[in-house]
Amino acid sequence: MEITVTVNEQPYTRDVEPRLLLVHFLRDELRLTGTHWGCDTSNCGACVVWLDEVPVKSCTVLAVMADGHRVRTVEGLAGPDGLDPVQQGFTECHGLQCGFCTPGMMLTARWLIDHNPDPSEADIREAISGQLCRCTGYDNIVKSVRWAAEHDTAEAAAPRQASVGSEEVSA
Amino acid sequence: MTTTEETRAPIGFGRMHRKEDARFVRGRGLYVDDVNLTGMLHGAVLRSPHAHARIVSLDTSAAEAHPKVKAVITGATLEGLNLAWMPTLSGDVQAVLATDKVRFQGQEVAFVVADDRYAARDALELIDVDYEVLPPVVDATRALAEDAPVIRDDLDGKRDNHIFDWEAGDAARTDEVFARADVVSAQDILYPRVHPAPMETCGAVADMDPVTGKLTVWTTTQAPHAHRTLYALVAGLPEHKIRVISPDIGGGFGNKVGIYPGYVCAVVGSIVTGKPVKWVEDRSENLMSTSFARDYHMHGEIAATREGRILGVRVRVLADHGAFNGTAQPTKFPAGFFSVFTGSYDLEAAHCAVTGVYTNKAPGGVAYACSFRITEAVYLVERLVDVLAYDLGIDPAELRMRNLLRPEQFPYLSKTGWEYDSGDYPKALAMAMDLAGYPDLRAEQERRRRTGEGPLTGIGVSFFTEAVGAGPRKHMDILGLGMADGAELRVHPTGKAVLRLSCQSQGQGHETTFAQIVAEELGIPPDDVEVVHGDTDQTPFGLGTYGSRSTPVSGGATAVVARRVRERAKLVASAMLEVSPDDLEWEKGRWFVQGDPDAGKTIAEIALAAHSDLELPEGVEGHLDATCVYNPPNLTYPFGAYICVVDVDPDTGQVRVRTFVAVDDCGVRINPMIVEGQVHGGLAEGVGMALMQVMAFDEDGNHLGGSFMDYLVPTSMECPSWELGQTVTPSPHHPIGAKGIGESATVGSPAAVVNAVLDALKPYGVRHADMPLTPAAVWRALQNRPIRPDLAIT
Repeated sequence: MEITVTVNEQPYTRDVEPRLLLVHFLRDELRLTGTHWGCDTSNCGACVVWLDEVPVKSCTVLAVMADGHRVRTVEGLAGPDGLDPVQQGFTECHGLQCGFCTPGMMLTARWLIDHNPDPSEADIREAISGQLCRCTGYDNIVKSVRWAAEHDTAEAAAPRQASVGSEEVSA
Repeated sequence: MTTTEETRAPIGFGRMHRKEDARFVRGRGLYVDDVNLTGMLHGAVLRSPHAHARIVSLDTSAAEAHPKVKAVITGATLEGLNLAWMPTLSGDVQAVLATDKVRFQGQEVAFVVADDRYAARDALELIDVDYEVLPPVVDATRALAEDAPVIRDDLDGKRDNHIFDWEAGDAARTDEVFARADVVSAQDILYPRVHPAPMETCGAVADMDPVTGKLTVWTTTQAPHAHRTLYALVAGLPEHKIRVISPDIGGGFGNKVGIYPGYVCAVVGSIVTGKPVKWVEDRSENLMSTSFARDYHMHGEIAATREGRILGVRVRVLADHGAFNGTAQPTKFPAGFFSVFTGSYDLEAAHCAVTGVYTNKAPGGVAYACSFRITEAVYLVERLVDVLAYDLGIDPAELRMRNLLRPEQFPYLSKTGWEYDSGDYPKALAMAMDLAGYPDLRAEQERRRRTGEGPLTGIGVSFFTEAVGAGPRKHMDILGLGMADGAELRVHPTGKAVLRLSCQSQGQGHETTFAQIVAEELGIPPDDVEVVHGDTDQTPFGLGTYGSRSTPVSGGATAVVARRVRERAKLVASAMLEVSPDDLEWEKGRWFVQGDPDAGKTIAEIALAAHSDLELPEGVEGHLDATCVYNPPNLTYPFGAYICVVDVDPDTGQVRVRTFVAVDDCGVRINPMIVEGQVHGGLAEGVGMALMQVMAFDEDGNHLGGSFMDYLVPTSMECPSWELGQTVTPSPHHPIGAKGIGESATVGSPAAVVNAVLDALKPYGVRHADMPLTPAAVWRALQNRPIRPDLAIT
């Protein structure tokens, strides 16, 4: 059936099987491979994207359920002025290693900070508790989200540097 | 955290942000499942629902008739190609697709190639297999029973499930030491079957070009060069026509060392269809069929004097290797490096005897950040020391302190033949105790025990010594391939460098760390060094990344190759400055004339000159590059002291890890941020194994941990905020004094957590209980009715 999904503010119309999962729609149909797939049981959260304003596990959402809705993926996290503070925070605080869980973690983090600009460590741990990371032991993810929260307001107002290599990111 | 000097790119070692993060935080990594080739087809594997069954018939006609199916491959198809069985890394054979019997639940039976991944799965449902179910061997302790069903009747004359016997140490001397000991403490200890479960499952995209005969395989491999050689050996393909690409890898932990049947099927699928074929397993397939870890049933004994002087350790192991002996380890070490079980202690004698057996479970055994079975060894000895402490009534930290090797004993030849390179063990333990506030913790525990207030507090200590960075080649090989690694370094005319490595990152940050080594040696910014890895067509041969060997081996290769470039640069500089090379002196980044510091040339200037028309000294070729094959003279021996504090609810058995202090010594730290990240990850794995993770089986051999709903790995809620400390004892034989770190925390932490829980349960007379210490297991231990966590048999 034909669906139109607005992904990262761009509408896409595709003819899909009703059983097609949103994660596969994003990855295979739209080639937005930043959203990952890690389990079949909605336990790991590698596939987390926003459906409208809410983080969802896209392996347990049918693509047809997103018809007429907006989806935000990691590819839509950076703004026109550069990286989102969440993306910067993960770089600053070594919040990622293999990078596989990172997109999902960052989308949840963005949602958390939008709703709770000053999250405590416990808030952050609870927010990401439905997502798995096998590399970092979570501590640096928590610190990354905290960094993002602390830099969010100022960063959002000011132009951000695009480079997050080993160069200076921001103070 | 603010950006300070510390977090900018240093010219050399120090904290710096990872180069690879730029793509990962943008969702621009390239993992195997992200590879999309024109005309690519998709494969899916049909798997056995039974642990042990004879295949009576296999009908694929309905699947073949599916409009989107391009090929159905069975064991019979592969037999025609002489590919039905493939060699394992342990010299056994493993069925690629079953022909005669299935030997574990989840074993590969058929492979469908179809237009898309959904159609391939649909077609699996159309394959009709008639099985004659056979009794399985589920309990390893019953594998050698007279009446046990014979699993490997494919092997000529095989009439039992025995694989090997192996021993290390001096049995007679150990028995003698035990005979005169005041105290002998014995304990059965199980390290249950667990799975590394990287976030990214295993997969491959195979593309055989029918015109050129070139096979390209994008695949989840920690050892791309070894895989290429194996594909050549398995499939009879010419090795120079095989290119293995290991792109970004979503975690490995040992899970991606071996070659799995699915990879071979993808290759065959591409050959048969003439199209690229992608196969990516799902999570259940990953957990049920790919390389598990541990499954060591150990009986350990520790002998000591009444005063707590440890004299010897003796251990018998029954090793459950599953249906095929597919462990990945150096050929001469069938039990891996388990014989490092004497740990960090100054013993008089030690002996171990290991027996490997087949069972109706998935093959594997050496995987999951274990440093070739040092996880099992460390867990064994660290539990035994605690058991001894329990029996003697000595504080476990104090008992360790009394018996740790002393700094002046290094290099230390262990009683099982390992030469520990360097260490200051008491310093590390003292630091951990200091960071944890050990005396205060004991006082708090005592108070709680006296008053009965709050949960039960447990304090667990472990001390580990690792042996990582295999080879040397003389002693260590995998399927005849010596364990050495290559590096190539080229400095371009503008002074920018490309480093090509044989090892492969699965998240360890090689693109950053190895650039920093070059930066340290040549004095150029790490951002000026591009690290190329994970592509056999672009990198020198080497054995890859596992067993914490990248820094010990490829790090050595990188330092050596950079020094060779530096020496070449010296000769070029001497021509540029018209002085003798002997008159030149090095400071980071430039050669200058002794006594005249202003007369010097930077690496960038020298690089340009090396490519120019400058007349070079006799025997000096142009350009600025070098190659190296690094054959490590010895393993490196990182070590550490860990202290875990837990609260246990006696009413529910729930364990909460309150704090975890980890003092690691991995020699010189190239990028401390990355090192600490490696430790963090390993600590979480340790908490997972100690408290949550286990793959249990029921009496029919059904796998009870086949999804993340059943195989529980730790989340942010089970992990505390880690407290790290460090000591630095350089490795004397490594070019930059570094040791491996990737697996230290996974090796060292399970014992600390388990020791902590059992310390909490001490007032209940609990001396030992096996991992994982789930609420149910703790509850049963409190009742003095311990459970066997690996079996669900009533």
